Amino acid sequence: MRIATANETYLADEALIRTRTQWAWTAVLAAGLAAAPFALNNYWLYLACLVAINVASATGLNILTGYTGLVSLGQGAFMAVGAYTVAWLDRNVGAPFLVNLFAGGLMAAAVGILVGLPSLRVKGLYLAIATIGASIILQFVFLNWTSVTGGSRGMNVAPASLFGTPLTTYFQLYFVLVPIAALMVLGAANLFRTRIGRAFIAIRDRDISAEVLGIPLLRYKLLSFAVSSFYAGVAGGMWAYFFRAVGPESFTIVESIFYLAAVIVGGMGSILGGIIGATFMTLVPEVLRFGVEAISPYVDNAGTLLSPVRTVVFGALIILFLVFEPQGLAEIVQRVRRFFHLWPFRK
Amino acid sequence: MSDLLFFVEVSLAGLGSGALLSLTALAFVLIYKATRVINLAVGEILMMGGYFFLAFAAGWGLSPWLAIPAAIAGGALIGAVVERGIIRRMLGESPISVFMVTVGLGSVLVGIVELVWGTDPRTLPDFMGTAPVFIGEAYVSRKIAISFAVAGLVIAVFLALFRFWRGGVALRATATDQAAAYSCGINVPGVFSLAWTIGCGTAAGAGVLLGSIGGIAPTMGAFGLSALVVVIVGGLDSVAGALVAGLAIGLVEAWTGTYLGGEYKLVFTFGILILMLMIRPYGLFGTKEIERL
Repeated sequence: MRIATANETYLADEALIRTRTQWAWTAVLAAGLAAAPFALNNYWLYLACLVAINVASATGLNILTGYTGLVSLGQGAFMAVGAYTVAWLDRNVGAPFLVNLFAGGLMAAAVGILVGLPSLRVKGLYLAIATIGASIILQFVFLNWTSVTGGSRGMNVAPASLFGTPLTTYFQLYFVLVPIAALMVLGAANLFRTRIGRAFIAIRDRDISAEVLGIPLLRYKLLSFAVSSFYAGVAGGMWAYFFRAVGPESFTIVESIFYLAAVIVGGMGSILGGIIGATFMTLVPEVLRFGVEAISPYVDNAGTLLSPVRTVVFGALIILFLVFEPQGLAEIVQRVRRFFHLWPFRK
Repeated sequence: MSDLLFFVEVSLAGLGSGALLSLTALAFVLIYKATRVINLAVGEILMMGGYFFLAFAAGWGLSPWLAIPAAIAGGALIGAVVERGIIRRMLGESPISVFMVTVGLGSVLVGIVELVWGTDPRTLPDFMGTAPVFIGEAYVSRKIAISFAVAGLVIAVFLALFRFWRGGVALRATATDQAAAYSCGINVPGVFSLAWTIGCGTAAGAGVLLGSIGGIAPTMGAFGLSALVVVIVGGLDSVAGALVAGLAIGLVEAWTGTYLGGEYKLVFTFGILILMLMIRPYGLFGTKEIERL
């Protein structure tokens, strides 16, 4: 709890950034993000772009799972819908890429509403299982609707172009993907200052009570699905422009588990958690790669160890966080912040 | 006539794999009934059963009749350790957290198998013989026939245990009302351990059968997804439901796989799953849960 932040209006009390210090840190962060590409090499730029895409998608899933309490293992499939829509529009319509991204988001939102329909009857684990079913059916569609999706070969995507310049290097893509992701995160943070966002939270805390309070459950649950899949769709579209190819293997159930794990590890129901979680889960495999490279002179075939070790660490992270730190990394960050608010007056 | 014979053969094969689905679903049901945990790692424990059998029978050269109980014991041990070490700590957490823990567990198990045995599919040493079995004129693969018989026997034993054995009754009591079971002097945490141990042992046994039919690979945990459909359709807390739904899903998979093509199998089963969730979320034989404010 911060001191000296007495506000006279609810609006001021709900503001995202409340103190001068916070403004200063936000400015530092923005400046750092803007300056980073000039200091980073190509490999780190690649990772930064990937992190931006994953943050966008994880934030979307956080809206659905963290804030509305609807567990979904279909985020990967929604991203695939966005990616395929972008790839198809890019090839057959040739609209500007921002329009394509938006259309990808809308398409994913439409599919999300469809997948969310079982939430009318079921919730909790049953809903999670229903979304597994839906993503397997979507996977089947991607693989077999050859005329649109290219079947098992997938589709190639032409580079996005802005003001006539094709965005091919990671340096150029960084300046497009990171601002979009930042805007999406900002949108999500603001969503929970509105009536709709508060309704989502009420549904998460106890859906029957929320209904008694006059929140139409079905409408808001579907809305949450739509917003979340819109995020996934846009993230999938960015993914398509980033990797320049979409195929049925791009987004499997493992992707969906990855995003849910990112939200859990970061902290459910916290915007900061979605950001940290997605960043953390994207970077851990890379750290492991460095580790494996470090031991490769001493161990035979160290390269073949990488993928299984990643799988083990991925699962172990989910388990360890749920057992020992259920509030996720965001809670750890909050503890550190609390410590420094009171430091040095209390240890 | 030969069309009809072919249909009968396909159906028999479907019933055979359906029996294996039932057996795996039984592991789900057992664990869910006692602890209200949907254990998504059942598919991976099944895979571990297959690999344990490979290690004992091919690696150590044990006779299959020793290796099978050893593999089952290995699966049961994993179940006991996981229950005591992780699931017990998660008591009182939201079901979704526990569900995600089992997802993580599945990932860990797959990674370990890939580390130890590599990613290539393996075949298990044969212990059932290959001479085909004929029912009337219809041909049935010997392995599938044996699996069917074993699965049927195991399920019958389980039904009897639930009815007559003290531990089985304690398990049913815990499933009905935990607090009441406690106050009757039932060791509820012990029941939890028991359910996980037996459930995971059953899954490992199913893994040996499944592996001896189709070989083993780190990806065979996907079989757990089909079993998940079975338990949802049959009802999460119903042994009879697992049996009936397992056979039904096995038949549907065999028919769609033969007459439409292998890629339609999963779509049909998961289509049934979603339909079922819309119409009867608690399954054919499951207990309807009533929610009060």
